[in-house]
Amino acid sequence: MLIRRRSDIPSSEITPESAYINRRKFLRKGSLALAGMTLGSAGILRAVMQDGKSWKPSNPSRYNTTEDLTSYQDATTYNNYYEYGMDKEDPEAMSGSFKPQPWSVAVEGEVKKPATYRLEDLLKGETLEDRIYRLRCVEAWSMVIPWLGFPLAHLIKRFEPTSKARFVEFTTILRPEEMPGQQRRYLPFPYVEGLRMDEAMHPLTILATGLYGRSLPNQNGAPLRLVVPWKYGFKSIKSIVKIRFVQEQPTSTWMIAAPGDYGFYSNVNPDVSHTRWSQAKERRIGDFLKRKTLPFNGYADEVASLYSGMDLDKNF
Amino acid sequence: MTSPLVQRRIITAVVFAAALTPAILLAWKAAHGLLSANPIKDITEETGTWTLRFLVITLAIRPLRRLPGLARLAGYRRMMGLFAFFYGFLHFGTYVGLDQFFDLSMIIDDVMKRPFITAGVTAFALMIPLAATSTKGMIRRMGGARWKLLHRLVYASATGGVIHYLWLIKADKQRPLIYGAILAVLLGYRIWEYWKQRRTTPAR
Repeated sequence: MLIRRRSDIPSSEITPESAYINRRKFLRKGSLALAGMTLGSAGILRAVMQDGKSWKPSNPSRYNTTEDLTSYQDATTYNNYYEYGMDKEDPEAMSGSFKPQPWSVAVEGEVKKPATYRLEDLLKGETLEDRIYRLRCVEAWSMVIPWLGFPLAHLIKRFEPTSKARFVEFTTILRPEEMPGQQRRYLPFPYVEGLRMDEAMHPLTILATGLYGRSLPNQNGAPLRLVVPWKYGFKSIKSIVKIRFVQEQPTSTWMIAAPGDYGFYSNVNPDVSHTRWSQAKERRIGDFLKRKTLPFNGYADEVASLYSGMDLDKNF
Repeated sequence: MTSPLVQRRIITAVVFAAALTPAILLAWKAAHGLLSANPIKDITEETGTWTLRFLVITLAIRPLRRLPGLARLAGYRRMMGLFAFFYGFLHFGTYVGLDQFFDLSMIIDDVMKRPFITAGVTAFALMIPLAATSTKGMIRRMGGARWKLLHRLVYASATGGVIHYLWLIKADKQRPLIYGAILAVLLGYRIWEYWKQRRTTPAR
């Protein structure tokens, strides 16, 4: 049975993110404080926190991996989101004042329907699926995350790109007052990423609005982010406010910051190492021993054909 | 009243315990699951940071002991230096044993190909002879002048450590640059002192 999620709720009626983020923070801090005092109540709180084990997708996708999920706790407290700070705990700690509602996305460039769309209009008619994907960070760690989202291809078709549209460029919101990392200028914000048109249209490529069946926490890129599971995590741009269709290959933020280390494609590739990390192995969060990294993060069957004939050592 | 000797021993014990605290705290956090989702990375970073801190503390004693009332600091320099080595050893050990799980080919690959690891391993290697010659017996055997010359390597080790930190960071270089600035001041002071000494002491 296909459970269709209601996606036509106006953003104004959605519980403010801050309300339940505070609730979650309270639970976590509470559970820590109580752990020493009452084992019983701490046990209950821990059960609330570690729902990763028992969680089941309500609308699974055929692309789902059956690997063990990274716990909700780990997936939402160990993040790279430099807009909030450099440390892994910064996104969770520093994103409390970010307001993901109301939200709109500007669609520009080589399309027949350029406009600024409200988020609820973008989601109208989309069925959200639970997509359980591997996430491989360029820093040689990985997770398995159940995203809630829909294929980017659906949206792109609605925008009707012209024949000149060869690439898609995405931009993250610039809000230094709510994103303390943007006040420090260690990266040329706003963050920009890009995909080739065929990558953007690939059924594995999704726009996510949630994880673990709930809406995205701020630290994971609320309210709308890209997920491209065969590329390193930084390609999956967060809190998207602009989607631009272009003829020329976009230059991403990391390509500007460290051109020798970050190429446009950034497909997970165990044979091409980074200045700082060998990419041959990775540590799955929660594991002690590292595991071998798979070409295209294990999605070679689905996506390798996109790059046939390309030298992936050069086009890293 | 306690005798000055007892007093000194108490202070030494307190300093020792304080210097050991970061390691104990880290072990305790690790044992109780209070580190992040990637505990091996936390242990690596924490031990690395403390290595650098103790190197800086060790080097700072030289100028600080000149300040009024701080002459006794000199008596703790060896302990601080050995703690730098201790944390450096934990850091290196974490990398080899926990992070790479003794995968020698991966480690060699890292040391050869990744500049920040080359710098870090060099910095640690430079500390080994210093730790090995830290006893009074070794000072006697080597002779003061030669021993002092050898132990100037600590500046090279600290420089290697700062470079290691600097090259490891992807974007925000602020923290390694702070260590770099402190080290530059300390090294500058040492060089200034060296020139002053050469000018005032007649040539041999």
